[in-house]
Amino acid sequence: MGEKIKVDRVTKTFVVRDSDQKGARKEFTAISNMEFSVKEGEFLTIVGPSGCGKSTLLDLLGGLSTPTKGRILLDGQEIKGPGLDRGTVFQQYALFPWKTARGNIEFGLEAKGIPKREWRAQSDHYLELVGLKSFADRYPHELSGGMKQRVAIARSLAFNPDVLLMDEPFAALDAQTRETLQSELLRIWEKTKKTIIFITHGIDEAVYLGQRVVILSANPGRIKKIVEIPLKHRLADADIRSNPEFVKARHQVWSLLHEDEYAGLYI
Amino acid sequence: MVAISKQVKSAKRLHKLTINPLLALQKLVKQSIVLLLFFVVWEIAPRIGLVDPAFFPAFSEVASAWWNMLLSNELFSHFSASITRSIAGFGLAIAIAIPLGLVIGWYPIARDLLNPILELFRNTAALALLPVFILLLGIGETSKIAIVFFACTWPILLNTIAAVRNVDPLLIKSARSMNISSFSLFYKVILPASIPTMFTGIRMAGTGAILVLIAAEMVGAKEGLGYFITYSQYNFMIPEMYAGILTISILGLIINYGLLALEKRLSRWKQDPTV
Repeated sequence: MGEKIKVDRVTKTFVVRDSDQKGARKEFTAISNMEFSVKEGEFLTIVGPSGCGKSTLLDLLGGLSTPTKGRILLDGQEIKGPGLDRGTVFQQYALFPWKTARGNIEFGLEAKGIPKREWRAQSDHYLELVGLKSFADRYPHELSGGMKQRVAIARSLAFNPDVLLMDEPFAALDAQTRETLQSELLRIWEKTKKTIIFITHGIDEAVYLGQRVVILSANPGRIKKIVEIPLKHRLADADIRSNPEFVKARHQVWSLLHEDEYAGLYI
Repeated sequence: MVAISKQVKSAKRLHKLTINPLLALQKLVKQSIVLLLFFVVWEIAPRIGLVDPAFFPAFSEVASAWWNMLLSNELFSHFSASITRSIAGFGLAIAIAIPLGLVIGWYPIARDLLNPILELFRNTAALALLPVFILLLGIGETSKIAIVFFACTWPILLNTIAAVRNVDPLLIKSARSMNISSFSLFYKVILPASIPTMFTGIRMAGTGAILVLIAAEMVGAKEGLGYFITYSQYNFMIPEMYAGILTISILGLIINYGLLALEKRLSRWKQDPTV
């Protein structure tokens, strides 16, 4: 497996209002000297406390902002802006409410410049993949949260990006729906062989989904450790969360997240 | 899979709004009873001497005056004069204020520059400017269409600006992440997302159009419903006067329902807050 993405000593700072001095501005470091790489076809999860720069990192990967220092390489090329080689799934779905499930998926196809006569077959294919074929003509407000997120995933997959960037996509869902979608995402990943970078708050989620888990610490956001998760055949074991391997890995990640003496600051 | 079928079921339930005829009748009664009562009181009050029938004729008298005017085509000529003016002014306002509002909302610099003057105009009552319009444009059609245009412009313009500014940033982010051009972003995201708020302004303008037009016609016009009302008052044609007022209400209702229907068509995707 080749190297798909390389985050090369990336620092991102913002100018923010200084809360101590009225009217003054100061520099705020969201991400400091971050370095890691993602292998082709890998499922990488990133977990960390609030303020660890997770969303900033995703914006950088998506090309919606640029690093202050360092660079991010995708297939050896520096990321300079947004592109259809990466698809982003947001926590709040970000579906266009005036478009049906199908319309939302076709929005991505149109953005990619795929001829209109192929849209129908493609959107059908991806609706089928996320199990929403009979909901093609529903508007987002007619769908449940879990279904909306399925549409959002289908939309991102439809323009066939190499990399799927996911920003806490299941955080707003109830526990049961979340578990269902997690295993469906694994199934889709195995089927489509995409490289996935998945950001989450949840330790369980990070361990369950990720082949490797990147653990971040906050203020400023930096990498604490990258942990390999040795689990195989996650989908074969219906209750893998009780598997001793899972429990061990989960505990390892938990300990890393909590070992700081400032643990109390992270909520 | 169980979870999916559960979701399927709940979504289906959402759509299963069967129409019960008894409930429909109940709804109709509930919606029309106060209206009917109003007409009954209008009919009875002058007959039993609660109000002076010379100044406040019974509803049946007004209705028959309305019917006679309708047959003699008198009503139609005033009605069409008014509706032509209001649609001309209103249409002109839509054609100019919406594109302008989109541009102002989209470019922060335009917003900053134009905001003070927009606030000034918005807070200038259109009717206060009526003498100015008449001085500049005479008492013909132009001044009336112009004042309707003026009155309609502000609510449409300001709501369009607000609509563009309040588009959910996440939708913009999501579209940008798909690397679409600025034009596509505007045309395919900003514009459709703005339609509901834009329509609030359009509906406000619709109401304003009638209001301002009638007042303008009362002051200086040779036809139109506003003119007809003052004319019949001067000539003591009281039932006709009320018939004219009633016609204005009907005109207002038509415009409002027309706009509502159009809005519903254009924003079918929106969740109906009353359901």
